[in-house]
Amino acid sequence: MMTEVPLAAYLILAAMLFSIGIAAFLIKRNIISVFMSIELMLNAVNLTFVAFAHRWHAVSGQIFVFFVMVVAAAEAAVGLAIIIAIFRSRRTLNVDQINLMND
Amino acid sequence: MQLAIFIIFAALAIAGALNLLLQRHPINSALSLVVVMMSLAVLYWSLGAEFLAAAQVIVYSGAIMVLFVFVIMLLNAGEEEKTTGSKAAYFAGVPGALAVFGLLTYVFLKENGFIGGVHLSTAGAGAISNITEISQLLFTKLLLPFEVTSILILVAILGAVVLARKEEQS
Repeated sequence: MMTEVPLAAYLILAAMLFSIGIAAFLIKRNIISVFMSIELMLNAVNLTFVAFAHRWHAVSGQIFVFFVMVVAAAEAAVGLAIIIAIFRSRRTLNVDQINLMND
Repeated sequence: MQLAIFIIFAALAIAGALNLLLQRHPINSALSLVVVMMSLAVLYWSLGAEFLAAAQVIVYSGAIMVLFVFVIMLLNAGEEEKTTGSKAAYFAGVPGALAVFGLLTYVFLKENGFIGGVHLSTAGAGAISNITEISQLLFTKLLLPFEVTSILILVAILGAVVLARKEEQS
């Protein structure tokens, strides 16, 4: 028995994950948690790409998700290196105390 | 079948995302993000994207999240402390996120008739996997972008090494 799932359900799930990512990005005070919420938002967008690629039988949407994954991996490597460098000079991970541009 | 898979793993993904938001310790947030990514991999598979499901498990939950957990342990990150001066984020963040969610949901439901439904395309249909199709497109028409991403990753690795290196004592 095959029951059909409306594509809108996938899209609403992605919207929900994206909104939770926005809220986490704004509320979290730890810089690593902020960075993780960016990854969550990227994943939510990838889900919409895959859902639409399935709907229109277009493989290019899946290739786009592949490139997003590659760029996300590069971004995570550079971002975490920057976090390590910040921690080494400021001894904190709290985004409220990292105010170099304010001084 | 499709509906059951969707409901189980969508609930798991949302529970993991909410746990990421509510946990105060970064390692708990990282592990709940792994849950989100694994359930998204299952959802990709149910949408007929086997290659992306495998890549999601290997690249996201395998490589990126292990990097996150390494850094959390390396920096010995504890629970985030409550600080003043961040109240604006609470008052703007939650309503803003709800507004984005409401807007997107409204648009998707309004266009529901146009965007249609999803069948489980791979199970029992005898369909050829679309990995062939992806690789043909990726290695012929999109060969240049593919090679450029390899250079991007090389530059990112060099940048990460330079940034994370200890400064020399002088």
